[in-house]
Amino acid sequence: MSWEVVIGLETHAQLSTVSKIFSGASTAFGAAPNTQASAIDIALPGVLPVLNRGAVERAIRFGLAVGATINRRSVFARKNYFYPDLPKGYQISQYEIPVVQGGALTIATDAGEKTVRLTRAHLEEDAGKSLHEGLPEGLTDVSGIDLNRAGTPLLEIVSEPDMRSSAEAVAYARKLHALVMWIGICDGNMQEGSFRCDANVSVRRAGEPLGTRCEIKNLNSFRFLQQAIDYEVRRQIELIEDGGSVVQETRLYDPDRNETRPMRSKEDAQDYRYFRDPDLPPLTLDDAWIERVHAAMPELPEAMRARLVAQHGITDYDAAQLTSSRALVDYYGAAAAALPAKDAAAHKLVANWVLGEFSAARNRSDVAVAAAPVPPAQLAGLLRRIADGTLSGKMAKEVFDALWAGEAAGDDDADAIIERRGLRQVSDTGAIEALVDQVIAANSATVAEFRAGKEKAFNSLVGQVMKASKGKANPAQVNDVLRRRLEA
Amino acid sequence: MALTSDDVQRLARLARIEIDAGATRDVQAKLDAIFAMIDELLSIDTAGIVPMAHAQDLMLPLREDAVTETDRHALYQQGAPSVAGGLYLVPKVIE
Repeated sequence: MSWEVVIGLETHAQLSTVSKIFSGASTAFGAAPNTQASAIDIALPGVLPVLNRGAVERAIRFGLAVGATINRRSVFARKNYFYPDLPKGYQISQYEIPVVQGGALTIATDAGEKTVRLTRAHLEEDAGKSLHEGLPEGLTDVSGIDLNRAGTPLLEIVSEPDMRSSAEAVAYARKLHALVMWIGICDGNMQEGSFRCDANVSVRRAGEPLGTRCEIKNLNSFRFLQQAIDYEVRRQIELIEDGGSVVQETRLYDPDRNETRPMRSKEDAQDYRYFRDPDLPPLTLDDAWIERVHAAMPELPEAMRARLVAQHGITDYDAAQLTSSRALVDYYGAAAAALPAKDAAAHKLVANWVLGEFSAARNRSDVAVAAAPVPPAQLAGLLRRIADGTLSGKMAKEVFDALWAGEAAGDDDADAIIERRGLRQVSDTGAIEALVDQVIAANSATVAEFRAGKEKAFNSLVGQVMKASKGKANPAQVNDVLRRRLEA
Repeated sequence: MALTSDDVQRLARLARIEIDAGATRDVQAKLDAIFAMIDELLSIDTAGIVPMAHAQDLMLPLREDAVTETDRHALYQQGAPSVAGGLYLVPKVIE
């Protein structure tokens, strides 16, 4: 019996405003406890929330980026629950009428591109933090409450249950993560909790109605998202196959044990008793504001991808990879701009190196694009020497590794390293012919094998010529000359 | 609709208040009266009327995104029952 997995994600993106959504307290991460919690954030009596224009503008930007409807009128509501890190006893959120409605994201799957529909995106405030460990000495049986995070603006982005595997869920989360950073509404820092996902997971037998879902809360890495969904899918299928049934509940993922567990003490928590917040009249947006935000939007990844294919002549695959991150495509653009040639060959060379050696080196040393030791102009300096035939591919890799290791600094350093290491490729036809003749004369047995039809013998002869040139002969030329000589 | 005493106890639990058995009947009667009024409201035909989001017809004022608050946690924490290291202390809450 085949099972179908159904997944929808709710993502909390922390908006990159400098102040909170309803107060003028700072949102900077890492401050000493409660030093950024104002009278509004700690819910002192007599205070009133005042909405941050910057948070609204970021929500509009998101709505425009995903092709959603921006509601000209949306309403704030109180979501009531009791927890010590929520001093008001309610979270201000949006319920019936969110600021952003609909929209879609396109993700790459094994079976090609797929559209994931968005339900909505709404503005809300974050809660504070409860600390159970690392409290001042001698404190037991207490929790510490830090309200610095209380009131931090969030955009909760809700997808339709359109994903059918953990891989698709991760592809969606990655795409969304890249997009919110691209349009500058969220710093995307998952370690600091700026981007976190809740996954709604259910299973059903093919063709049947939707199964009962469980919600897995607070997944703050793509790996945990994948592992938590995989575990939950296995759990639900085993449960049903053993004759049981799934209970709708909220579960937490424990990465140490790689399992999900039901959250306790939440018996009535689903009853949030939403009602419209009397402190906040409806949020109204005029067309002029939305138009201004629209005019200031950066070119979106999909549009840039199409443009790179059309104008730079790189492949759609490469363009998709490059536009998966703003930082990466900016790096590519800066390197390409620093190359004298502007044709498709030059752009392909840059794309190959940025997605190949550069990305591999970054992964090995785990550094962000902006922190990479080889800036784009320096890479362009290296690529110039590949384009003009000075360096073979192998030599170029050696120069790149030396640049990465910080052997020289500055835009011309590829040249300095080429000079110092004597890495100039021999492209002089006369010199290569002399080497080829030497090798043919010294390897008559191999030459005979080749002439008897053994193609492998040819590669062995190329290797001999390269060795005789100490690796400096232009490999393409060696191939040409050798074949010409042997077939003469 | 008439509430049962179980309904009243459930509402009390949701609201984190304690209603002892003796008071249940009294609260139940008051809530029944409120629900009767809601039923009366529900009988009004509101087809085609846009729901009102706020009792007053106001525009939501917005503020610029700027930090205007300073650290006043020492003042605010004077009123807290228990603090340490800048944290408010509460009975242990852990999932």
